[in-house]
Amino acid sequence: MTENTADTAPDLDRLRAGAPPRNHDARTIAALTANPGCARRGVLDAAGVDKDAVARHLGFGTPFGQSQFALARGNAFEAQVKADGCAELLTLLRDRLGLAVAEVFYDDLAVEDGESREARHARTRRLLARALDSAEGTLFDHPMLRLDIAGHPAYLEPDVIAFQLGGRFHVVEIKSFAVVDGQAEPEQVAAAARQAAVYVLALRRLVAELGHDPARVAHEIFLVCPEDFSNRPSATPVDVRPQLAVLERQLARLTRVRDILADLPPDLSFALDEGLGDAVRAVGARYAPECVSGCEMAYFCRDEARACGATGVLGRGVRDDLGGVDTVGAALALARGTAEPPAELAETAALLRTAARLRREALGGAA
Amino acid sequence: MSVLSALARLEAVDAGRARPLATVRHCHLADAPLLMVPLRLAGEAAAPLAVLLGTDRADPALLVVPQPRNRDLRFAFAAELAKVVLEHVEASRGAAEPLGPGRDGEERVRYTGAPQILVPNGGGAAFLRLLGRSTRFRRTEGPHAVEAAVPALGRWLTWFAERRDRPGSSLLLALTDALRLHWATGQSALEDANLAALLGWIDPPAGLDGPAAAARAEDPLRCPPAGPATDPTFDNEVLAPAIAAWDASGGDPRAEARLRAALESQLVPTWDAAWHAVDLLRALPPGASVADRWERDRDAFTLFHAGFAEGVPQARRDSAVAAARRLHRLERAQEEYDARRAFDDPLVMAEYRLTGQAFAGTVAESDPTRLDESGKRPKLRPRVRIATPDPVRLEPGATVCSADRPALKGRIVESGAGDVLVELTGGLGRKLVPEPGAVPAEGDRVCFTSVVPGSFGPARFPESADTPWTHGGPPAEYVPTDSDAAEEWS
Repeated sequence: MTENTADTAPDLDRLRAGAPPRNHDARTIAALTANPGCARRGVLDAAGVDKDAVARHLGFGTPFGQSQFALARGNAFEAQVKADGCAELLTLLRDRLGLAVAEVFYDDLAVEDGESREARHARTRRLLARALDSAEGTLFDHPMLRLDIAGHPAYLEPDVIAFQLGGRFHVVEIKSFAVVDGQAEPEQVAAAARQAAVYVLALRRLVAELGHDPARVAHEIFLVCPEDFSNRPSATPVDVRPQLAVLERQLARLTRVRDILADLPPDLSFALDEGLGDAVRAVGARYAPECVSGCEMAYFCRDEARACGATGVLGRGVRDDLGGVDTVGAALALARGTAEPPAELAETAALLRTAARLRREALGGAA
Repeated sequence: MSVLSALARLEAVDAGRARPLATVRHCHLADAPLLMVPLRLAGEAAAPLAVLLGTDRADPALLVVPQPRNRDLRFAFAAELAKVVLEHVEASRGAAEPLGPGRDGEERVRYTGAPQILVPNGGGAAFLRLLGRSTRFRRTEGPHAVEAAVPALGRWLTWFAERRDRPGSSLLLALTDALRLHWATGQSALEDANLAALLGWIDPPAGLDGPAAAARAEDPLRCPPAGPATDPTFDNEVLAPAIAAWDASGGDPRAEARLRAALESQLVPTWDAAWHAVDLLRALPPGASVADRWERDRDAFTLFHAGFAEGVPQARRDSAVAAARRLHRLERAQEEYDARRAFDDPLVMAEYRLTGQAFAGTVAESDPTRLDESGKRPKLRPRVRIATPDPVRLEPGATVCSADRPALKGRIVESGAGDVLVELTGGLGRKLVPEPGAVPAEGDRVCFTSVVPGSFGPARFPESADTPWTHGGPPAEYVPTDSDAAEEWS
């Protein structure tokens, strides 16, 4: 591990106030890239704080539950694709994508009794090392991967298959949203691509650690989804290079958690006690409405942002339109001409004043 | 987003209530629209769970699939839904008014009415599209036969969904979209997608302000989601046991009644909210061009209705020529819609004035009889100088028209700080002296804009049979297949 870890690890442990760190999975890591400018999320995630518990304690618990119908559907589809040593998956890869998959070896790396994450990861490593050396082995289900998040090793809850063909690995991601006439909901495809990129990155790091060329992990992943309205799976290759680039950049930035920590009170901790609210507020957030779909702290941050009249609560578009004016009060004061703008905001202020005049005119002075 | 609508949102935050974004209504509201509140089973692409629907707010009909995973029950549901939708289509059509012969000499007609469907939100509209896709290819004979009404429903729903892509069409309206066109709230667009929260900002219940009403609307226990997704807690704690009980009872009517009651409890609050939204929209006076756009909707309806009996289901994907035509139509409609909306509504025109594509002011000088004698024959080219405080960004030579009378056209001659010189080129009459009142006089208030409807001319596309090889050649004709009919629906 790097020096970085040695420096920050005790600090991060202290932040959790002795609670065990939360596991990351591809979903949470992918979410890190959604709002990289948020120091609060960066610190809480780097320390592995249970954000859900924190939000609940603060009275802003989120109903992030999942319907049992959706869970059942997802599990049934995955089980179907993977049944009999991934028979359906292989048919797909062979027939639909025309891949010359000859002999098939299926290795399931799922948890064995009482096995620790470290032991599982070691098993994955061994198996992949052998596969890389011999170019043998085809499908590796549930590989336990590891990725450094802010200098901390995070184990990835395995929900993916690594598929080797001609000495190259491909990530196969199984999702239960439908692809109707070759089209799926863009948000769901984007989320799946972001998650797959996390696996590609973790797999590449592992391959590099094993002394091989990381490019042996392809940037093209296979997304397996139900086709049309049936349970029949379809496979679509997806290029995740853009998501990989974003992810790598954000992960590199996350290591700056150390810089954020340096500015925080030395005795800060997110223990679930009466000091929690102040502790959380001590780390600046960068709330945007999109946070609601991906971060347990969103409702707390939204409340805080609304209370101080931040323009960010109205959406990134509004914030950008107001070019640099951070609060509702300040923007309205400029629009109404009750405040003198500083030189750098002169242009925005002029625009706002014109906008206010035009609205007043059109609404007959009612505005 | 624009600075103008951003400012409206800021004002809404400040006032604790939504602020207007329009002074007139920009969509058509039929006298008896069919309101549909659909619910889908979580995790499935288009498995219907229930729909509350009707044209009478006091008497909605509830259709339910007691076991959404059962194919036969789903098609029974689709057949019932089809009955209501097809009845609505026939009931709304009205009389056929003659339009006189067309270019090819054939008599043309247009129905005086057209069916309108309202759904609470964009998700509801997307669900209807998928429902249409999953039913329109079904066959009514042979293996996997379904009732004749089922594929008919599929074709109609697909048609409604495709019309919704057209800017300015009002045949299928998502109420959240319609409200957002007319009001700005003090929350983000993401939060505006919640119909109840949006209504809370626009018309909060007595004793509450916008933020408090919106906060209440976000609690799924007080205010169930407007669909098509259900509240996961409701799924796990109420719906799943009720479906299991129905399964275990072997379809007992009492078990079905309990299931229906549970689903109704989720749907009724949205039903009421949706009619509330309709009331708010109806209270706005319609914009001048709304009737024209509805006429285009009636044209499209008349055409589709007339060809329905002989038609085949809409293709899964457009062929090359059809796709190019569609895109072109949509672009023209968008341009027309943007321009006409601005002419109808000074608050929409204000958007263009802010960006410098339009300006308003008073006429400072007017030379109504000015002649341009540089050519062979003299031409009437009156000039008006307009004093305006607007930030004009129109270069000399730019074509403009008057917002009050779009036929009055002109060209920018010079534009400086605070005033613009416009040379008028059209809409003055045929003589060398302008029609009385055609040229704005000194002191008149005018508004000119470069946003002109109809600047986007018609384009010519080859016939489908002449599709060039670069675009795949002529497409194969559609022949229904057994695999269409057998397609599972889960």
